[in-house]
Amino acid sequence: MSQFAYLLTYLGLAVFILAALKRIVAYKRNPMHLRWELYPVPHEGGGKASYGGGYLEDLEWWNKPRETSRIRELSVMIPEMLFLKAAYEHNRPLWMASFPFHFGLYLTFGLVALLVIGAVAELLGAPTDSGLVALIVSVSTILGPIAFGMSLVGAFGLLRRRLRDPALRNYSATEHYFNLALFIAAMGVAMLTWATVDPSFEMARGFIAGLITFNLKGVDSSLFLLQVVLAVLTLAYIPFTHMSHFFMKYFLYHDIRWGDKPNVNAPEINEQLGEVLGYEPTWSASHVAIPGKKTWADIATFNPAAEPEENEKTE
Amino acid sequence: MNDPKQLDTAKDHKQVRIGDIGKDTEKLTTVKLDDLMPLPGDTVFGDKEWEPLPESTTEKYACILDDVNILQIPRPQSKEEEEELVNKFLDGMRKLFDPQNNWTFLSMLETTMENCAKCNTCSDACHLFEASGHNEMYRPLFRSEIFRRIYKKYVKEQPLARWRSGDVELNWRTVARLGELAYRCNICRRCAQTCPIGADNALVSREIRKIFSQEMGIATPELHERGSMLQMKVGSSTGMNAKAVIDNLEFIDEDFSEETGYEFKTPWDVEGADILLIHNAGEILSWPDNVAAFSIIFQAAGLSWTLSSDLAGYDNINYGVFYDDVQTARTALLHAQAAKKLGVKKIVFGECGHAHKALTVIADRIIPPGLQIPRESCFPLLRDIVFSGKIKFDPERNNFPVTMHDPCNLTRLMGIIKPQRDIVHKLCPQFREMNPHGPHNYCCGGGSGFAVMSRSNITEWRCKVTGRKKFEQILNAFEDCRGPDVKKYIAAPCSNCKGQMRDLIAHYELREKEGLTYAGLVELIVNAMVDVKPGFIKWEDAM
Repeated sequence: MSQFAYLLTYLGLAVFILAALKRIVAYKRNPMHLRWELYPVPHEGGGKASYGGGYLEDLEWWNKPRETSRIRELSVMIPEMLFLKAAYEHNRPLWMASFPFHFGLYLTFGLVALLVIGAVAELLGAPTDSGLVALIVSVSTILGPIAFGMSLVGAFGLLRRRLRDPALRNYSATEHYFNLALFIAAMGVAMLTWATVDPSFEMARGFIAGLITFNLKGVDSSLFLLQVVLAVLTLAYIPFTHMSHFFMKYFLYHDIRWGDKPNVNAPEINEQLGEVLGYEPTWSASHVAIPGKKTWADIATFNPAAEPEENEKTE
Repeated sequence: MNDPKQLDTAKDHKQVRIGDIGKDTEKLTTVKLDDLMPLPGDTVFGDKEWEPLPESTTEKYACILDDVNILQIPRPQSKEEEEELVNKFLDGMRKLFDPQNNWTFLSMLETTMENCAKCNTCSDACHLFEASGHNEMYRPLFRSEIFRRIYKKYVKEQPLARWRSGDVELNWRTVARLGELAYRCNICRRCAQTCPIGADNALVSREIRKIFSQEMGIATPELHERGSMLQMKVGSSTGMNAKAVIDNLEFIDEDFSEETGYEFKTPWDVEGADILLIHNAGEILSWPDNVAAFSIIFQAAGLSWTLSSDLAGYDNINYGVFYDDVQTARTALLHAQAAKKLGVKKIVFGECGHAHKALTVIADRIIPPGLQIPRESCFPLLRDIVFSGKIKFDPERNNFPVTMHDPCNLTRLMGIIKPQRDIVHKLCPQFREMNPHGPHNYCCGGGSGFAVMSRSNITEWRCKVTGRKKFEQILNAFEDCRGPDVKKYIAAPCSNCKGQMRDLIAHYELREKEGLTYAGLVELIVNAMVDVKPGFIKWEDAM
């Protein structure tokens, strides 16, 4: 059973990484899209971001250096990702459940990072009562139950809202309930494991050390192994669902909502433009499907309302 | 009520479900008078029951969603035609997810399909949903979720799609209702602005419109035949060719020179001018004051500028942005070519929100390098003029209550917020904001092309539902001076928004009941110019 848990963990991590990468690569491989930004755009400079303005407010904006700030963008992006600011502002009842759920997950990731550091330290020979390991143990001991507890409370809250609020219920599919049930099971077992089997996460650090060194030593707790299996399955499952928004959100915000880069001194945009204008659409409506006009460039430069001779002149 | 195919109004008529979309009923839902969002104050504005659609419309077209008909989808006459409608729709939907066909919006559409959590945060941001008394049909998620389920099941062919994403019945009624639902949205993208994930359910409306137009050849006549196609044929969706528009401008120059005591002449086709100004040609016919005001200001400021008589060079509209990417691209290229031909240094747009966005933002990745000419909003230029000291102003001439409507395309979608505010703060002593405003404004109700539609009861719908939130905002902005005794001015610096304001004011008799009038921003500038006779703004006949 222990070996199975180890192998499943390797597999789960690989699936998660590959599936998440596949999503990201698929997105990045899409052709250049048109601009479709939404203000406020936080990277805008000159104090404009504070009231939702942008560089198009400037006279002859194309002659002025663009003031953008990645730090200002991150100052909006990070609170949004950590604290779900948009949900807080626009959907407070949802935020009451969604925030603890998500923040609990972030804390869980933090816990796992701590456990990895602790495991590596122990592998490198740090005594278990050394300062670093002791610190990791004590922080983990506090962080773990808080993380599991917050996620559990949030997941139950989200489930309750999906079941009781008709506006949510009407748009929920079986998968929504399954997802929440999966998180409740994973976090519930994790909490139980902490409370009954592994309060200092010593077993967890040992398991991680085994993963790192490929020393698949036995673990003497079925509950712990169940926790591992559930956690790994949940992680591997995320990129296949709408929950992939936790990493795709970066692109939705940074690339689309805030993607206001103008085509000024931007040869890379013109290069991509040349490529997409050579694409061959197959739309069927009569004003688009013009005989002899194959590419976007051909079609866009053809005037379907003009007299035939007018189009001949432009050819 | 005996006919089971009729809408069962005894039940909660607002609570339609996704499962109802393909039902064999003649009408899916309705918005009753009692449902409408109440308006502030005690004044009775007298909303009436829906004007029934003409029989000629209901017989010919699939009017099976609600009390309104916008997209004229021919009613199938046989099983074969029903199947054809569904299959064509699916063909179009597949093309939306193909890079060659939809490179323009594929990234935004795919991410919206895959990442939406159905949390409904977007619902409360939607002015139609609120104004309709929370009719489910107007919930941003309703339309997009139907679309999403069809996509997952029939296009993506996701394993276990029914279990994972939910099921939907796909038949000709589903398709016809979804097409009509795409025209129950102003595409103002206020919903997208509130999405915690960054999904864009408003975009789905536009993408559905694209399927109908680009694949099925079905678009509203106002936007297509009498819109983008007419513009490409004669130069303007108003029907004015170059000769007519030049004649009209001559009349405007003469009339307003005499009226204002300020002699001016609008220049045409000046090669090498600094600025090509492109108006929405609707201004020339409906709001000549606006056109005259631009000419007066630009001349007084000593600018080097011109209008163009080239095809579409005198009408900045680009209705393609409302329904069709190909038409968007074609129109943008015509505008760019007109500027290129004259060799101007930049294009400046008159007061038209969607034209601003179309050529500045959307066409930024359509126009090839040889035609890339800088494009600028009129508002930074006007601010520069007003603050330059070249023109003398007397703000006391504008000493009446003024509020300003923010066109979505200018503010939420382009971030042009402050220049117009700097002007009104300088020239209008009694200026007050609507709440909310700037990037968080509400659409006027005419957005996404509705402002130019007045077929059967569309105007009634625009006033009762789509424009209701804006109406509430206007009344609240003038809370301290309600009633007909105080003349009040709504600055709506966008032609489509002005069209909507005109209809709102007429429909609810707001001139008589509330002393309201409307026009653009440049009219306020000229009204305050010392070199112009007082009284440029006409309170009585601005309709």
